[in-house]
Amino acid sequence: MVVETDLVVVGAGPAGTSAALAAANAGLGVILIDEAREAGGQVYRAPARTLTAAIKTRDRDAAAGVRLRAALDRSSVRFERGLRVWSIGERFRTDTVGPEGVRTFKAPRLIAAGGAFERTVPFPGWTLPGVMGLAAATILLKSEAMLPGRRVVIAGCGPLLAAVAAKVSGGGGDVAAVIDMASRRQWASVMLQLATRFNLLREGAGWVLGLARRRVPIHFASTIRRIDEADGLLSVEIGPVDGKGRARPGRSSLINDVDAVAVGHGLVPGVEITRLAGAAHTYDRLRGGWVPVLDAMGRTTIEGLYAAGDGCGIRGALSAATAGTLAGLAAAGDAGALDPDTLASKSEPQLKEAVRLDRFSAAVSELLALRPGQVADIAPDTVVCRCEDVRRADIDAAIADGAADVNQLKHFTRCGMGPCQGRMCGDVVGELVALHAGSREAAGAWTPRPPLRPVPLADLIGSYSYNDMPIPKPVPL
Amino acid sequence: MTTTFDLIVVGGGINGASVALFCARAGMRVALIERDQICRGASGVNAGTLTLQMTRVALIPYALEAHAMWANAPEWLGHDVGVVVCDGLSLAFTEGEEELLTYRAARRREAGAPIEIITGTEAQGIEPGLGASVRVAGWCPIDGFANAYLTGLAYRRALVEAGVALLERTMARGVDETQPFVVNTDRGPIRGRRLVIAGGVWIEPMLAWLGVKLPIKVLINQLSVTERVAPVMRTQVGIASGLLSLKQYPHGTVVIGGGWQGWGNRETGRSGIVPDSIIGNVRLACHAIPALAEARLARSWTGFEAETADVLPAVGPVPGIPEAYVCGSIHSGYTSAPYIAKLLAQCILGQEPERLLFPIDRLLLQSASAATVS
Repeated sequence: MVVETDLVVVGAGPAGTSAALAAANAGLGVILIDEAREAGGQVYRAPARTLTAAIKTRDRDAAAGVRLRAALDRSSVRFERGLRVWSIGERFRTDTVGPEGVRTFKAPRLIAAGGAFERTVPFPGWTLPGVMGLAAATILLKSEAMLPGRRVVIAGCGPLLAAVAAKVSGGGGDVAAVIDMASRRQWASVMLQLATRFNLLREGAGWVLGLARRRVPIHFASTIRRIDEADGLLSVEIGPVDGKGRARPGRSSLINDVDAVAVGHGLVPGVEITRLAGAAHTYDRLRGGWVPVLDAMGRTTIEGLYAAGDGCGIRGALSAATAGTLAGLAAAGDAGALDPDTLASKSEPQLKEAVRLDRFSAAVSELLALRPGQVADIAPDTVVCRCEDVRRADIDAAIADGAADVNQLKHFTRCGMGPCQGRMCGDVVGELVALHAGSREAAGAWTPRPPLRPVPLADLIGSYSYNDMPIPKPVPL
Repeated sequence: MTTTFDLIVVGGGINGASVALFCARAGMRVALIERDQICRGASGVNAGTLTLQMTRVALIPYALEAHAMWANAPEWLGHDVGVVVCDGLSLAFTEGEEELLTYRAARRREAGAPIEIITGTEAQGIEPGLGASVRVAGWCPIDGFANAYLTGLAYRRALVEAGVALLERTMARGVDETQPFVVNTDRGPIRGRRLVIAGGVWIEPMLAWLGVKLPIKVLINQLSVTERVAPVMRTQVGIASGLLSLKQYPHGTVVIGGGWQGWGNRETGRSGIVPDSIIGNVRLACHAIPALAEARLARSWTGFEAETADVLPAVGPVPGIPEAYVCGSIHSGYTSAPYIAKLLAQCILGQEPERLLFPIDRLLLQSASAATVS
């Protein structure tokens, strides 16, 4: 059975939820779909139900998440929770699997708000047990109130470093060190650009002061060179890097007896839906990679398809909510639920806010963007595609064998053919191919295909009888 | 480019690449024009099935020769395409399917395919992964599969070694002149004494450049692949109707095919899956190999297949245009392509082909069949 409505929104983070609310308030019938049981996405992630009471909701993000979920509860939006979207078709047939099996929705309009993935630029030891993404550590901390380890190294770049360190430390864990690729000078320049965002500054300063109070060593302009494992414990070798992420000659040092490392090198927009639908995309290093081409309201180049949030370029949760509201208004306007004047007057303050927020997010984006030197530095025997065990040397050999773009490389090496379908390694692989192809545009992007996430065949097939199956007529003899 | 090649091949799939390879090895100067990359279309995304139980009766002698070629690809191609030779089973679950299977197996056996009908229990002895409801099966010891996505790498290396001028990412837009041929491309004109049209489903618009009207039906075949899983099967499995192909690769992934149709458009080149059709295909697969239900679907995709009115190949000279040839629309094309392309190469090289070609005269629309290029 196909459930039809005016608008389907995929992703219930700040962008998708705001979009759904704006469109529903304008009178559209809206179905909001998310893999998770609760709205909020990654930033406003809800604690697991059994833990709601145990986790304090003092911090800013947690409180915003509570408000977002309350607004959703009060609205007419139909929230379809715990559903995994696996296919998006023409005129926005949306196929999902969930606890009740296969369910299909259809609407003349769809807003893609799938958020972002974490990027890890590979180094020796990045696939060892105990080494995880900053985002994974965040999920453990926010959703399960669980420490990633007892003695943890936190490494990579961007504001999440301090946030995760503060949460680990606040939760009773020992933060052995924070390893930040950015230099003190880079941070000072970001702080300057954020000077008018007092709340953000205060929060950031709070994290840093907290770490200082606990005497957590913070290594600026540094990166993990390798991680080794012995007797179940990790030893982390760190060394200095330049502004482009290239290792600088200089003393490396070891951090021993670590049982977890949380490491992330920024975020990559999740563009599976907009690419699957055939919308135009452009490469934007500052915003994390390939992003859909959008107008100011969030309309893609495909009629009826809109996009909002970090899936359109990394701008953070506040920008995501604004962009979501605009996309929701645009969908309502295009559907005829808002007259042009009302649409214009409702959009105007949000458009202004979007421009204002863009300035701030650009400063932070620079911290999170891919550092080309870091990719160029990947050693030949380091695994790049962890699903298929493809090393840097295999990739370079395939390029020498004539692989001109990422899709030909994939056929030559299986790189990107595993369960993650290249979501984890795609950005780094694109950069490696671009070293030879000349540009990211020439290196291209993986061909998008369903399912958007791996789905168990058992969930897809449900229960059926062989005799009832519609089997097409036999091929000719 | 001022060179006049001995042969221009338009289309770098397995048909065009094979013709180019055999002609170059025989001493011809060959240019291969491909708008994308070698074997990245249907030739790189098909199920890689090397079975006789889905092959048309008329093509069985060709498919047997081609199977032998695939089985020792490193010897003649020079590179590995990940070929696994194994038993093949075609299953019947219902009385109707049993009848169909028995009839079809007998016809294919007459044509030379060593297919035997065995009981469900015997089939389970050969393939322990089978579900309990198999009534009978067609068993053929000559079966197997290749790793289709490796076709491009293997052929590319072989073509480079044979000295073929590879014009990848080059779009052929038409034929400006004949005798010699001048192919108009987005990188300038390419001249050659002979021309092979091998553009997959696009042979219809390409033959129209020569004023020849060959109707081609476009099939949009869907395929799916699971994540790597522990062994669930060890044979190539199909069903009586031909609407399933199923095999597990040595690295653990299971590829599910059988010609279930997606949507697509030859003009735009865009295509995609139809969810209900994926579910039907996967249900059939899980009915055959129940343990498969525990795997996760990693990817589904589509490929274009060309079909003529009589569902037999379009391989031979182009009527009315001396030294122009066509090579395409080989039913179960991937299996038989290297051999059938070899036959066409023999014809182009002035030799008598080992077996009959499939000239297209029989398929041409009357109104256009006499047309020539002025």
